[in-house]
Amino acid sequence: MFAYIVRRLIYAIPILIGVNLLTFVLFFVVNSPEDMARSQLGEKYVTAEAIENWKKENGYDKPLFFNESNKGLSSVTETIFYTKSVRLFMLDFGQSESGRDITADVAQRMWPSLALALPTFAIGIWTNICVALLVVMFRGTALDRGAVVLFVGLMSISYLFYIIGGQYLIAKMWRLVPISGFDASIHAWKFLILPIVIGVISGIGAGARWYRTLFLEVSHQDYIRTARSKGLSEITILFKHVLPNALIPILTGVVVVIPLLFMGSLVMESFFGIPGLGSYMLDSIERQDFAVVRSMVFIGSILYIIGLILTDISYTWADPRVRLN
Amino acid sequence: MKIVVLWSDALIFLLVAVIATFFWNMRKDKILTERWRQVFSSRLGMVAFVVIASYILIALLDSLHFRKALEPVEGQPADQVFYENRATSVLDVLMGDMADENERTYSAPFSLKSFEKVNMKADDGSSIRDFPPLVHAGKHLDDPADKPADIVKQTFIALIIAIVVCAFWIGPQWYFLRNSELPWKSAWIAQAVIILVFVWLIYVGNLYHVLGTDKAGNDVLYKSIKGIRTGVLLGTLATLVMLPIAVTLGVCAGYFKGWVDDIVQYLYTTLSSIPGILLIAASVLLFQVYIDLNPDFFTIGLQKADARFVGLCFILGVTSWATLCRLVRAETLKISQLEYVQAAHAFGVSNYRIIKRHILPNLTHIILITFVLDFSALVLAEAVLSYIGVGVDPAMTSWGNMINEAREELSQEPAIWWTLAGAFFFMFTLVLAANLFSDLVRDAFDPKTVDGGAKA
Repeated sequence: MFAYIVRRLIYAIPILIGVNLLTFVLFFVVNSPEDMARSQLGEKYVTAEAIENWKKENGYDKPLFFNESNKGLSSVTETIFYTKSVRLFMLDFGQSESGRDITADVAQRMWPSLALALPTFAIGIWTNICVALLVVMFRGTALDRGAVVLFVGLMSISYLFYIIGGQYLIAKMWRLVPISGFDASIHAWKFLILPIVIGVISGIGAGARWYRTLFLEVSHQDYIRTARSKGLSEITILFKHVLPNALIPILTGVVVVIPLLFMGSLVMESFFGIPGLGSYMLDSIERQDFAVVRSMVFIGSILYIIGLILTDISYTWADPRVRLN
Repeated sequence: MKIVVLWSDALIFLLVAVIATFFWNMRKDKILTERWRQVFSSRLGMVAFVVIASYILIALLDSLHFRKALEPVEGQPADQVFYENRATSVLDVLMGDMADENERTYSAPFSLKSFEKVNMKADDGSSIRDFPPLVHAGKHLDDPADKPADIVKQTFIALIIAIVVCAFWIGPQWYFLRNSELPWKSAWIAQAVIILVFVWLIYVGNLYHVLGTDKAGNDVLYKSIKGIRTGVLLGTLATLVMLPIAVTLGVCAGYFKGWVDDIVQYLYTTLSSIPGILLIAASVLLFQVYIDLNPDFFTIGLQKADARFVGLCFILGVTSWATLCRLVRAETLKISQLEYVQAAHAFGVSNYRIIKRHILPNLTHIILITFVLDFSALVLAEAVLSYIGVGVDPAMTSWGNMINEAREELSQEPAIWWTLAGAFFFMFTLVLAANLFSDLVRDAFDPKTVDGGAKA
């Protein structure tokens, strides 16, 4: 197991290098630092001097790959490629274009994101599985068909409508919770409860429908029929036989997103004014702060790869037949 | 009149041609025809298809652009013609004057008065503060009190027009298809309902603002209908871009194996490890920088917005091929182990011919299912992307932009709900129809469900 994880981590290196190269090409080759300077400073009244100043301030005044004016190792390190891309591997994200320390920002904003994303995720999965099991219990009846139509209807509604509608109904009409905001202390719950509820509800349509097909597939197996003919109750069959056997496909879809929960949700956080990584990304996209976007792309890829490894490990836990080697 | 062909216009008609050829070639294939028959033999499938087809028709009508000639001004040489700085589409012509019926600001559906009070001069010269009457809504009325009666009257007229249209549209269909086993009756009812709704909307919409007006005074109904083109085109063009990349790479990886497989796997693992929304955001922003720095490429504003739109489609396609590629690769691996492929190898058939004759036709179901499944996902994604600010150009009408503009409006007092309602209605109908249709297509084409595996 340990050897397996180490090997997977080594495999991750070329992927991260690929991500790094891709972002580098996107941010520095497709668009030169001059272009970025020009769009940051606004198109009018841009002098060559202003561009040079901007580049110097943000550390873009170096050659892309190879610095001929320096000797030895610094001919490689004093380049944009090294200072902006290679250093990401050392988790040194540098400064955002507005001059803030990205690492500190990320470390600070991670927790509000997690406080919102983790409950949404956990309660969401639990709700979806329960709803799906309930529907599977009534398979073949009108209730089942009605539920499927309802699920398709629910998943056809844009996420944004859930948020706008939920905010309007619960926070504005009924005044149950504040509309938006955040509190660093334990009182944050009253700000978090509405986004969590909306997040869970908006996921039911697609989620429960997906779990329903998984459970149905399992419930056609012979061992389920055997269990039923032994006289086990339907509840026991669902929880003891159907659910464990459907775990592998569930884990495939679920575990990989767990590390990504740190990244938060762009839309949710900005609607509810939660100062997490999601709204951080959104702000930086709006301000065209490429340094932050670049760092977040890199963090996201690392988390995704961790998610893939976790998925494999979770298989061994769900299915004793699976061995990692 | 001067015809304008936008990039997205050309691409959507190319796509329609591709799909038409695809279906024309498929007609010979008995199994595929049978599966399509299964999709259309359910009433739900028929209705969903009619709804999608109507949206596509509207999108196509809205993709035929031209620039109207301006009235010659005095002193202008006779042989010189100037054109309007904006492009009009055939759909705009069909919708009458709705595009030009701008008010000053918000107004409620069917309202005759503006939503906000302004200072006005009364007839006797004194200054009063009241809701000003709208410029365009109900201007044919002599007395505002006649409004309810007039709406009923106009509805009635619209109904008669709609019935005439229905008769001409559905009548021939009935004549040719009356002996078919397929549930055409549901299709006709759906068509009749759609014609009825649209004729009513357009007819009454020219007299009143059926869905009110937005902040800038534009007719919300007009904007919602114009949003159809953006949604449909984005949903199809992005997949059109994605398909060739995913299929080529997937087939190569699965068929040639070895180092080709390694490279392709490396590519899609790398790509899928980047958070999708960030990659899209970064690409769109960079593309936007490019457009901003090269303003000379575009003669009218719409072309600029269109360039960004086509760019967005490309970006969505180029960033989303990983999933399909993985599926195609796995399926190709499976197919190339089969005996007839081995036999073809033994006979010395070239790789190209084996892929063309034996592998690609067996991938049709995956491609089809992906196409219909991705469609609704893309329409929904457009709204979120526009909210984040990396969607279609703010100058281009889309449901995402409408939601984005309207998200603060509900919190006003009294709430302004109609912009959201308009976007919601048109978007929900399309996505729901697409989801229902894709379910049926999957049931009919996916071997897993065809063999009765997961089907209840």
